[in-house]
Amino acid sequence: MKRIKASIIGFGSVGQGVARVLLCKKEELSSMGLDITVVAVVDSKAAVIDQEGVDLAMVLERKGSEGIVGDERITGHDVIRNIEHDLVIETTPTNIDTGGVGLKNMLTAFSKKRHVVTSNKGPLALKYRELAALAERSGCAFRFEATVGGAMPLLSLIRDTLTGNDIISIEGIFNGTCNYILTRMMEEHATYELMLAEAQELGIAEKDPTYDVEGIDAACKLVILANAIFGMNATYKDVHVTGISRITPEALMLAEADNYVIKLIGEVSKNRIQVAPRLVPIDHPLAVGGTLNVASLQTDLAGPVVVVGRGAGSIETASAILSDIISIYKD
Amino acid sequence: MRVSMDIELKDAPGQLVYALKPISEFKGNLVSVVHHHEKRTPRGTIPVQVVFETESLSISTLIKKLEELGVGVIRVNEEKYLERGTVVLIGHIVHTDLEDTIDTIDKTGYAEVVELHLSMPSINKSSSASFKLDAVGKKELRDAISLLRSIANKKDLVLIEPIESEIL
Repeated sequence: MKRIKASIIGFGSVGQGVARVLLCKKEELSSMGLDITVVAVVDSKAAVIDQEGVDLAMVLERKGSEGIVGDERITGHDVIRNIEHDLVIETTPTNIDTGGVGLKNMLTAFSKKRHVVTSNKGPLALKYRELAALAERSGCAFRFEATVGGAMPLLSLIRDTLTGNDIISIEGIFNGTCNYILTRMMEEHATYELMLAEAQELGIAEKDPTYDVEGIDAACKLVILANAIFGMNATYKDVHVTGISRITPEALMLAEADNYVIKLIGEVSKNRIQVAPRLVPIDHPLAVGGTLNVASLQTDLAGPVVVVGRGAGSIETASAILSDIISIYKD
Repeated sequence: MRVSMDIELKDAPGQLVYALKPISEFKGNLVSVVHHHEKRTPRGTIPVQVVFETESLSISTLIKKLEELGVGVIRVNEEKYLERGTVVLIGHIVHTDLEDTIDTIDKTGYAEVVELHLSMPSINKSSSASFKLDAVGKKELRDAISLLRSIANKKDLVLIEPIESEIL
């Protein structure tokens, strides 16, 4: 049995999802010869630390009832620096302006020779090159499947299954919130404002929806793909972005009359990174509805390959994190 | 431009090559040749349907050449525009000089706006429109859309283009 000591840094929706998934998949992990012992859980206010393994069920319960994971007043960064462990599961919120604490956490993890699995887009969209280079120099694994399409497998699909293929371009829907709003506007012939309000009520859109509806979230994901798949040195500022807030119900109806739907499509290839509302033929594989994400890859050998999946959600995102963790240790 | 042409050949060996040579000299790219050997005409000739693409905009010289060679040209059908694309525009489409927007495309000589559907829900709200463009080829359709993109930029309109795999 391989014993892996891990920390969960950031205990919002994704961090809690990871804790739940680790609890319910304990036996399956055992059968693969993996014992993942979480030695520290940290949220924005406090931490709980136990070298013998934190009781994740209890931490989840306390977070639910008191809004806090433990009593130790110590930051995630201090845990990464001072507590002995192998793997940092970095699930702090994305900060697209500075990279936030996530960037500091990842850099410190690598300098301490700890592997990093993350769902945090900010640091990768700003400093991918630096992070990847440091990870390599330190001999650490750096996995971030969850940053691109949530549960929709994309990076591992390209890295493992499509290995040997050249990826020519990737285009798709990388933001479930925008997809939901556009899908509902079309179904109800309703305005953007009305369907945004509905999405907010359902918890699909944030109170401040800018990050999603102006295409920033999708742009960050494309930057990660541009760097990780196409070997570019792009940052968020290199993406040409148009959001969905000016889309009218009339535009959707005119498109429909010509057998099109309008989707916020992200597109990345060697010479172009762009997010914009586009016309997609109704019967095209990219024309998926609801909150789904979808990506169509053009490859040199396999031709087009399309994946569809859930781009967000606590357990869904944790699924991507779990598969990243297993991929590091199973060999 | 795509040209489809019905010609008639004498029933003798080598006639087809003889008739196709001027088309190739005219830089026509053959798309299909259907030789109706079984449908001999009352004149004893063999009808042949030829389809080719060419960048030349006038084929009268080619027809003259074929007739000089004794090849009967029965019917010619020219199709100037081979590609059609749809885009959607949102914003103050009419008040930012709609005529100018259309003219810019029409004046290119390689593309035209052939259909326009406009929706104006109320005076202070954005209008929406779908434009159908015809162009002489794929490249020209892309060029016309990119021209529209710069117009939209200048006039603060949102241009919604078809996805890449749709144009390719």
